[in-house]
Amino acid sequence: MSTDGIRGRFKGLFEHDLTLVLAVLGALYLAYILAGVAFGYGLRGQLNSIANLTFFIGVFGMMAMALNLHWGYTGLFNIGIVGFMGIGIYTTALVSKPPVGDGAAQVGGFGLPLIVGVIAGVAVAGLFGLLVALPALRLRADYLAIVTVAFSEIVRFTMMSRTFQTFAVPDTIDLWLFTFDPAADTVGLGGGGGLILNYTNPLEALLRLLFLWEPYLGFVSFVQANVISNNPKPVLDGLFYGIVLLIGVGLFYLLLSRIGKSPFGRVLKAIREDEDVANALGKDTDRFKLTAFVLGAALMGLGGILWYSGQGSITPPSFRPNITFFIWIALIIGGAGSNTGSFLGGAIFAGLLYEGPRYFKNLVQTAFELGDAPRNFGEAMAGFASLDPMPFIVYTLDNVSQLRLVIMGVVLIWLMHNRPEGLLGHRKETASSVDLARPGSGGSTGKPAAADGGDEQ
Amino acid sequence: MSGTDESATGESPPVEETETDGEPSSSEEPSSAAGDASTDGDSLGTDLAELVEDDPETHAGDEAGRYAPLEVEGLRKEFGGITAVDDVTFDVEEGTLTGLIGPNGAGKSTTFNLITGMLDPTDGTVRFNGEEITGLQPHEIANRGLARTFQIARELEEMTVLENMMLAPKGQVGESLWRSIMPLTRGSVREQETEQLKRVWEVLDFFEIDHLAQEYAGNLSGGQRKLLEMARALLTDPDVLLLDEPFAGVNPTLEKRLLEHIHELRERGYTFLIVEHDMDLIMNNCERVIVMHQGRILKDGTPAEIKESEEVIEAYLGGEV
Repeated sequence: MSTDGIRGRFKGLFEHDLTLVLAVLGALYLAYILAGVAFGYGLRGQLNSIANLTFFIGVFGMMAMALNLHWGYTGLFNIGIVGFMGIGIYTTALVSKPPVGDGAAQVGGFGLPLIVGVIAGVAVAGLFGLLVALPALRLRADYLAIVTVAFSEIVRFTMMSRTFQTFAVPDTIDLWLFTFDPAADTVGLGGGGGLILNYTNPLEALLRLLFLWEPYLGFVSFVQANVISNNPKPVLDGLFYGIVLLIGVGLFYLLLSRIGKSPFGRVLKAIREDEDVANALGKDTDRFKLTAFVLGAALMGLGGILWYSGQGSITPPSFRPNITFFIWIALIIGGAGSNTGSFLGGAIFAGLLYEGPRYFKNLVQTAFELGDAPRNFGEAMAGFASLDPMPFIVYTLDNVSQLRLVIMGVVLIWLMHNRPEGLLGHRKETASSVDLARPGSGGSTGKPAAADGGDEQ
Repeated sequence: MSGTDESATGESPPVEETETDGEPSSSEEPSSAAGDASTDGDSLGTDLAELVEDDPETHAGDEAGRYAPLEVEGLRKEFGGITAVDDVTFDVEEGTLTGLIGPNGAGKSTTFNLITGMLDPTDGTVRFNGEEITGLQPHEIANRGLARTFQIARELEEMTVLENMMLAPKGQVGESLWRSIMPLTRGSVREQETEQLKRVWEVLDFFEIDHLAQEYAGNLSGGQRKLLEMARALLTDPDVLLLDEPFAGVNPTLEKRLLEHIHELRERGYTFLIVEHDMDLIMNNCERVIVMHQGRILKDGTPAEIKESEEVIEAYLGGEV
């Protein structure tokens, strides 16, 4: 085989999306493991660091894909993502938190199984999507953006509001044929204090649902006996939750790429390109936009649930618009319009921009004994008087998590200048359920007369 | 309903002037009586309108050539204080090539937008295949078989030519979200798409743009875009095609090709209404020409009649306004 052939093969390999995804993920994990080695992490630390990375890759990947349905496919400028996430997780909490009696310090929930809570969360997020979309989709793109960002802030202020902090639940609820006697006496959104997510551990709930909980516990004790002797369960929980998220990413991808490769997705693309044209070709664009928006909102709700369920508690400040913009940056890096691209964008954003700076700081601090950082900016600048930049550098490093936003901004500006379409924004994921090559490849005679005869019928 | 009757009564002279002959033939009398019908008075105009409305089915049974699928009556559009289209009444007969010409700002494109539902008329009615379509959404009108192209070819740029074409056909089952994603129904979606794909390639061949099939529509030249746009409109399986300046910015070779395609399609029974401001082109190719000027219909007749009309010459050569 000639060199050209081999090179062609390799090129083909990298054009294949799966290879690219695996390469990027491989590089990220390798970098994190190497950093872990540099920090002198033991196995436990390494696993924790990997679990953490997987978690963020998973959630950002999912959210970027959900946003891709709105923006990449349909051209709907939604900057209220975090609102739908919040609605998802708050609904889940409300439904699934264990009930509390009167006068309890904490607000409770209805104590239903977690799976019911998740389904309710997704459904309610979708419902709010409908509520926002019905009036807003008639507006021009930028007005939709204003409506959505306002919506997400309304959601956050509602979470904080004292009015919704607690509700007393009546002892019996009469609903037409059924009478409920809910165990819960006080439910609510918890106000500024947020909610403690004291329902079943989500991983446990999921594994129990799949009858895998007992084997999992067996695996944990096996690990305890042979690998990590000192309470390995939290580490393993984190790792397995990461795996669950990656499976979630896979399911998101399956669903969204199916949508993309269908006549439905084709109409969405057409709406993105030119809504009037789609309309003139007989497509009821309002209906398509509505469906896409509601579905995307529901997926964002699910993403929010998966993001926050394992966190122990949720508070309103977690749902500030910055999360929305993080997800937008992820999508822009990956390339709007491509499902693979959006996941890649999510992964790269999570690995490099979101978690990366912190690792970088630790790495530098481990490599060089830098001593204590100056306490404030003045002290940091004072070093320059004696031409010593070290205090400033140390200070900068110490505050790298604040600088994260600056770094993101720089990356974004660079991208806009040099690769505005993002990593995979070529949008060549053909919107069709079948291969669009000429049927019988070249076998068609292409006689115009015969060709058009069919049209008249 | 009442609005229709009013306008029909009010505008009966223009109704007579413009080919009422399609209507009587379609209602009760055989087509032989058609030519004379226009001499009758107001009452007839009203009657016709009613007859047409009451019994749209009678249209369909008529022999070709005498039946007008598209009827516009008393169409009027005001933007603020300006009347862009004023009492426009005409019809388009089946299987013909009708030209709509006029100087810039005559209201041609506005008329198009009113017919296709992109704009809502202030007054007047549009009927298609005997059914009133005034004020319907563009997609509803398109689905009834009235397709349009745009003045500046509007391609879906970041979609390939094939995707553009596959978008057009009506009644795609896969446009339902659930059918597209559910494993059980996805088979039928694929089946229909395979079927549709054959037709797409046939039409691509017909317009001789099959070599561009995999190209992004955004990479096409201006003329190729016009071809694609017409091909795409054709795939919606229309009865009537409204072409908004299909020859603008097209080189002479391509212009000839486009014209050949249009004539060939017309021979197969498609009906065309073409907006254009190149007078010669319309005169040489259309059976019937409608001249608009300052929002009104100035003249409606055969190219020969138009050429002799002093008003038209005045409007075009800039006589007193």
